[in-house]
Amino acid sequence: MTQAQMPYSAEEQIKVDEFLAGATLFLGPDPEIMRNHKSAPRTPLEEELLSQPIDSDALDKVRKRIVAGLDEAYEMMEQTGAAPGAKWGDLTSAVYSAGGDLVHISSGGVLAFASVLHYPVRFINKYWASEPSVGIHDGDAFIHNDARYGNIHCTDQSIIMPVFHEGEIIAWVATVVHEGENGAKEPGGMPSSSESAFDDGLRMPPFKIFERGVLRRDLLTFLQNSVREPKLQYQDLKVKYYAALRIKERVLAVIDEVGRDTFVVSLRKSLEDVEAEARRRVSLVPDGTYRVNLWSDSTLRENLLLKYPCAITIKGEEMTIDWRGAAPQFLNRAFNSTLGTSKCGMNQGILAFLWPDLPRGISVMNSIEILTDPGSCLDPTDDAPLGQSLQGAFKAFAMTQALWSKLTFSCEEKFGAIIAPWFNQINTFLFGGITQHQEFVGNVCADLNGMGGGARAYSDGEHSMAPFFAAMADIGEQEIIEEDVPFMQLISKKIKRDNQAFGKYRGGMGYEMALAAKGTPFWGFATVSSGSKFPPTPGLFGGYGCPTLPLAKIKGVNVFDEMKNTPENWQFDFETLLNEQPIPGARYSTHHMGMALELANEGDIFMMCQGSGGGYGDVLERDPAEVMADIEAGYISGETAREIYFCVFDPETLAVNETATTQARDAERRARLERGRPYPDFIQDWVTEAPPEGIPYYGSWGDDNSMIHAVAWGAAGPIKLVAPMAQMPPIMLPDPKDLAILGLQAEIAALRATGAPSDA
Amino acid sequence: MRYVPMTEYLQIDLNDERWQCRRCHHDIASARENYKTGLLVYDRDPREIHRPLIDPEKYEFTFSPDPLWCRIVEFYCPGCGTMIEVEYLPPGHPPTYDMEIDIDALRAQKAGHGDDVVIPLGRDIPVNFSTKSSSQWEGGK
Ligand SMILES: [Zn+2]
Repeated sequence: MTQAQMPYSAEEQIKVDEFLAGATLFLGPDPEIMRNHKSAPRTPLEEELLSQPIDSDALDKVRKRIVAGLDEAYEMMEQTGAAPGAKWGDLTSAVYSAGGDLVHISSGGVLAFASVLHYPVRFINKYWASEPSVGIHDGDAFIHNDARYGNIHCTDQSIIMPVFHEGEIIAWVATVVHEGENGAKEPGGMPSSSESAFDDGLRMPPFKIFERGVLRRDLLTFLQNSVREPKLQYQDLKVKYYAALRIKERVLAVIDEVGRDTFVVSLRKSLEDVEAEARRRVSLVPDGTYRVNLWSDSTLRENLLLKYPCAITIKGEEMTIDWRGAAPQFLNRAFNSTLGTSKCGMNQGILAFLWPDLPRGISVMNSIEILTDPGSCLDPTDDAPLGQSLQGAFKAFAMTQALWSKLTFSCEEKFGAIIAPWFNQINTFLFGGITQHQEFVGNVCADLNGMGGGARAYSDGEHSMAPFFAAMADIGEQEIIEEDVPFMQLISKKIKRDNQAFGKYRGGMGYEMALAAKGTPFWGFATVSSGSKFPPTPGLFGGYGCPTLPLAKIKGVNVFDEMKNTPENWQFDFETLLNEQPIPGARYSTHHMGMALELANEGDIFMMCQGSGGGYGDVLERDPAEVMADIEAGYISGETAREIYFCVFDPETLAVNETATTQARDAERRARLERGRPYPDFIQDWVTEAPPEGIPYYGSWGDDNSMIHAVAWGAAGPIKLVAPMAQMPPIMLPDPKDLAILGLQAEIAALRATGAPSDA
Repeated sequence: MRYVPMTEYLQIDLNDERWQCRRCHHDIASARENYKTGLLVYDRDPREIHRPLIDPEKYEFTFSPDPLWCRIVEFYCPGCGTMIEVEYLPPGHPPTYDMEIDIDALRAQKAGHGDDVVIPLGRDIPVNFSTKSSSQWEGGK
C-alpha cells in the first residue's frame, strides 16, 4: 500500500470531510438522496414519543385535519392558478415530517407526486440548513423544478415551506403545479426535440424565493426572464405560495389543538401504518416472478424500438421490481427519465390501481426494491436530457400496472379492480405563440386527460375517462379555452371509430381532435407521443391492445376559408377527411406522434386521436348485444363486428342472428386449433438470436437482460453493439433532417450518374 | 383450496401441480413451468386485428401496427380454442415467461382455504366469483 492510499485516522478523516464539504465545487443532485425512495427511520424524538401510549383518536384527527388542509390548498390552486395544468388538476399539495418524509398529499391531483417530492426537501435539509448563506427560517419558501433533484418532470414547479413550532422545524409543506412553460427549447415545458439537458429549460435546484415572508424580487425577475410567460411565472408563484401558507396555517392550528407531541407522532405513525399495511398486502400475492416486456417505437424524433422489461418478484412481504435490460439512455434525445421519475411512474400504478385506498405517503414504497441498469433510459446520468421524461415515467407506470392484475387475480382480498392496462401516452397538442391578447404563451392542451380506461374483468373500459395519473383531472371546456388561445378544435371529443382495444370487455376508447390556428401572427403546435408503429398499451388475459395512432396534417389551404366558401367539402371526421381528401389543393399526410414545435399557418389542420385502454379477455366471449351497441353508438364498424367479434347480424336493424353467431364463433375456435402450433414448434421457427435486421433496436433481447443491444452512431455511421449496459458507449443519434438530406444527396448523385437532369 | 384461479382463463390445480384451462379444464402444463409451453401459438399479422383505418396506399401511418416491427402472438387453449393470452412482440422476440409461480409457497398460502372461496374482481361494484365451480367440474360443455 502506498502512502497515498493510507487511510486517515478518525480525527484526520473528520478534518478531511470538513474540508471537502466546505470546498465542494458544485452541489449537484446527491445520489445518497436521489437513490433513496423510502421513508427515513424514526428520529430520536419520534422514538421517544412512540414508546409512550398513543391516542389513536387524536392521530386520526390530525390525519384528517391535514388532508382537509391539503384538499383546501388543492382547491385554491385549481381555482386561482393561471397555468392550464392548474385548472384541470395537474397539481398537488403535500405535508412532510421535519426530516422530509412525505406523509400526505391532497386527495385530488397527480398521485405520482407522492413519491418524488421528498427529494428536494431532503436536499434543503442536508445542504441549506447549515449553509450560512442560505439557512432555513420561519417564513422562508423554496422554489424548485429540476427533476434531477426530484420531480416528475421539469415543467412542474413547487413551493416548499418549513413549518416552525417554538423555533424548530416541525414539518414541511409543499405545493406543486404543472406550469407548462419553463423556458425550454420549445414552448410548453416538454420539449420533444431537446438534445441536451440545457435544452430542457429552467433547472431550479431548491432555492429560497421567499425570505422570512418576503418575495425575492431579484430572483423572480431572473426567473421571469428565463421563461416565455413572465406573468404566469409570477401569478402561479403567488398561487402556490399562498396555498402553501394555508396548509401551514392548518398544520399550526392542529398543533395548537393537539400539541406538538401528538402531531409528531401522527406523522410518523401514518408512515409506519401505511408501510405495515403495504407489506401485509404484498404478502397476500402468491410468491413468484411476474414479467412483462413493453416496447416504445419512438425517441419522439425518429422511430426505433426501445425495450422496457419488467420483472416483479414477490417473496413474502417484499416486492422487487427489476427494470434491468431497458434501453440505454440517449444523450441527445428527450425521453430519458431520472430514477426518481421512473419510480414515481411505478408508484402511480400502485396508488391509483393496486392500492387506491391507502393514504398517499412515501412509505408505501418501503417494501419495494427497484433494480435498474445505471445508464439506462430509466436511470440516466445527470447530463441526459429529460424534456420528455414522461415517456420513461409512463412506461414505468405501464409495465407495473400491466402486471398488477396478474399478481392479484387469485387474491381473496383486493383493493383495486382486475383491470387491463390504461392508455399510457401523451396524446395531446402542445402549443406556443402569440395569442389574440398579444401575449406569448406556451403550454399544453387538456386533451392529455382524455385517456381511455382499461377494460375490467366485468365491464368495458370508460371512454376518454381520465389520465392514469390523475383520476379527477378534467379535459376542460373547449369554448373557455378558446377565449385564451388562438386556435379552435374543429373536431373535438368525438370517439374515433374502431380505435378500440378489442376483448370480451373492450377498452375505453379515445377521441379524435382536429386543430387549426386563427388570428395570430405566430403560432405553432407540437406533439410528444409514441405508438405510431408499435401499440403502446397491451390488453389483459387474451384481450388485444390499442391500435397505433398517427399524427395527421392537412396543409396548404386555409380551412376557415374553405369552410366559409365550400362548407359542403368539410367533414367532421378524421377518417373521411384523410381517405376522401375532400378539400381540393390541400396536402394530406400522416406522421409519427413526435413533432417538435411546427409553425402553423392560419387554417392548417393538425389531427390526432386519444388512445384506448387495453381490452380484457377473448373477443369471442363478448356479448353480441354489446357489439351491436358499439355499432349503434358509432364506436365500431360493421366490419369490426364481423371480423373481430364474429357476430352475424342484420346491418340494417342490428338484430343478431344468435345461432349463426354461435356457429361463426365455434368455427373460429376450430380455426384457432388448426392454425395454432404447439409451443415448442412455434419457438423453433419464431425465436431469433438478435433483433430484426433493419430496425434500430435498443435494450435486451429475450430473457437475458444482462446484454443490451444498441445501434450507436459514430463518424462512420451506425454500428450495432451488444454489450452490458456498463460498457455501452454514449448513444447519440444524428438529426433526422441531416439523414434525410444525406439520402437526398445520394439520390441526386445517383441521378447525375445516370445523366438525368438534376435540377428537375 | 385445490384449484387456484390465476387469470381469467387459467387455474393451478395444487394437487397435481398443473396449469389448467378454466373454460374446459384442459391440462396445459406443469404449474412449475411456463403455462405457455402447453398452449397453441399463432403469429398474427397485426394489420388483421388493427386494420388500417386510413388508406395505406396514401399514408405511412394508418392506425395499423407496422408488421415488420410488431407481431401479435396469440396463445390458444388446445382443448377449447379460447384465446388465453396475447403478446405484442417484435418479430423473433421470445414470448415472455409472465407467471413463474412459487408452487410450494402457493400451497402454503392457500392451505386451510376451502374449495368454496369467494374471489372478488373489483371493489367499485361487487363482482365476485366462487371457486366452487372448479371443484365441481364434471367435464366440458
Ligand atoms: Zn380450454
